[in-house]
Amino acid sequence: MNWIFGDNINTDLITPGRYNITTDPKELAKIAFIEYRPEFTNNVKKNDLIIAGSNFGCGSSRETAPIALQVCGIKAIIAKSFARIFYRNCMNQGLLAIIADTKMISSNDKLKIDLKNKRLINLTRRKIIKIEIPDLMIKLHQEGGIVIYIRKYGLKSIPKLFGDN
Amino acid sequence: MRQTIAEKIFSNHSGKKVYADDYIIVDLDLVMAHDTTCAWAIDPFYQIAKKVWDNSKIFISFDHAYPAPNTQMAKLQTKIRKFAKDQDIPITTDGVCHQLLAERFINPGNLILGADSHTPTGGGLGALTIGVGSTDAAIAMATGKCWFKIPQTIRVNIEGDLPKGTFAKDVILMVAKKFGPEGANYKVLEYGGNTVRSLNVSSRLTITNMSAEMGAKAAIVEPDEKTEKYLKENDRLHAFNKNELKSDFDAKYEDVVEFNVKDLVPLIAQPPDIDNVAVVKEIEKKKIRVDQVFIGSCTNCRIEDLDIVYKIWKGRKLNKNTRVIITPASKKVYLQALIKGYLKFFTEMGSVIGIPGCGPCLGRHGGVLDDNEICVSTSNRNFTGRMGSPRALIYLASPATAASTAITGLITDPRNFL
Repeated sequence: MNWIFGDNINTDLITPGRYNITTDPKELAKIAFIEYRPEFTNNVKKNDLIIAGSNFGCGSSRETAPIALQVCGIKAIIAKSFARIFYRNCMNQGLLAIIADTKMISSNDKLKIDLKNKRLINLTRRKIIKIEIPDLMIKLHQEGGIVIYIRKYGLKSIPKLFGDN
Repeated sequence: MRQTIAEKIFSNHSGKKVYADDYIIVDLDLVMAHDTTCAWAIDPFYQIAKKVWDNSKIFISFDHAYPAPNTQMAKLQTKIRKFAKDQDIPITTDGVCHQLLAERFINPGNLILGADSHTPTGGGLGALTIGVGSTDAAIAMATGKCWFKIPQTIRVNIEGDLPKGTFAKDVILMVAKKFGPEGANYKVLEYGGNTVRSLNVSSRLTITNMSAEMGAKAAIVEPDEKTEKYLKENDRLHAFNKNELKSDFDAKYEDVVEFNVKDLVPLIAQPPDIDNVAVVKEIEKKKIRVDQVFIGSCTNCRIEDLDIVYKIWKGRKLNKNTRVIITPASKKVYLQALIKGYLKFFTEMGSVIGIPGCGPCLGRHGGVLDDNEICVSTSNRNFTGRMGSPRALIYLASPATAASTAITGLITDPRNFL
């Protein structure tokens, strides 16, 4: 399903500071939206999507926010826009953060992400929405994040990541 | 082509002339991580390296919750201590990381990475100090490098003399009201104009600090004689070329935004957004009872801030129904306050002096809010749940407004007491 959120969803709502004191990803998954959307962790399923408004992930630099969502099974976050540190953290974790006009998407719409053609297909509403995602993010998503990428290709391979951008 | 100060600093650290929107890899002057973000940097670090690139250029501060308030936090700190010992990096426990970076490390023209969103604070000294997450910090600790897409710069000119009762915090709330929480996303905010020129570094740090709340990647004030004075006062006069380290007159800005402060009045950001800014005098009419006043954080707890609190409180009494927590930004500020007699005075007034560090700003220790409580804070975030219960309300204001509120127990315009 699609979890619908509004504008300016900050990292204190995603992984609140008071709970954000673990380096165990499984423990972290339990605190995602713990106060803001208490039903989230119980009901979230693998490959669910987050659909949000503008400035998703604003606030703190805590990388626990994208990690928690990823461990919960979230396949991608599709938002009108993202706060910059959160966006960069998603890239590094290999979590898809996709920029698109999200206002016409509802929680039960069946969505298909077409990365190759950079579009989002709303099968329920028979609509095609253009998406914005840099090749760098797609590459890191396919590789499973920047740490795995570096382990595979070496530290010197980082410039190659954005050669095409 | 002419450059902005940000483009110049990126150029100096990448070995070629670069401009906004270029992708580059830079050599960093310093990497900072703290007692939460460092914990998450350790595993990725050991995935890609064995030894840090230069242990003298890595700064680890325990500030977000030090000394540990619970066993989970103690575990994080133990994990970081082991890492620091193995890598021969000292751990500092002397205050908020951004304040310590300003007091001890940042020189004009530096390019510094910090695993904390308020890292832009350091731009008050004419450096580029950029916030990232733990993985970027881990890669930087391993390599001394980081990749960037060079951001566009928005020039913010602020002119006019600050009216009575208004301070740097009111200035930045005025700016935040205009920009909103996303208005400077991915950008550099470059502050100039005679108001900014006349502010000392302490006040400039308040302005650069809160630029993070508008999404800015970095904030910067071109360094000048005031920067020189600050460096000298902190025992590390560093030579820099004032004529070089500024934007060229015809540099390309994405936008230039003008403000005039001649009619500025004390402002307050109402929960839960930074741009939900109101005039304190108007809010005063609502007679909002305040449970807690917090004077602290990397935004506003330098000695100049405590000077204002002292000035307002001298000869007056605090409201018994409002608890007051003062957390000096660093050990240095704590000692300055001690020497000036403030710690005795503030304590006798009934306030609690917290340990230099982040204090209750992020709701982890030192003054966590209960349901339905109201706090006036000099910090930078009024998000729902930031300082404790998601049913608590946080108002952000200057130390003067916070100090005045502590006297009446209601949100109060500081001009009543100045």
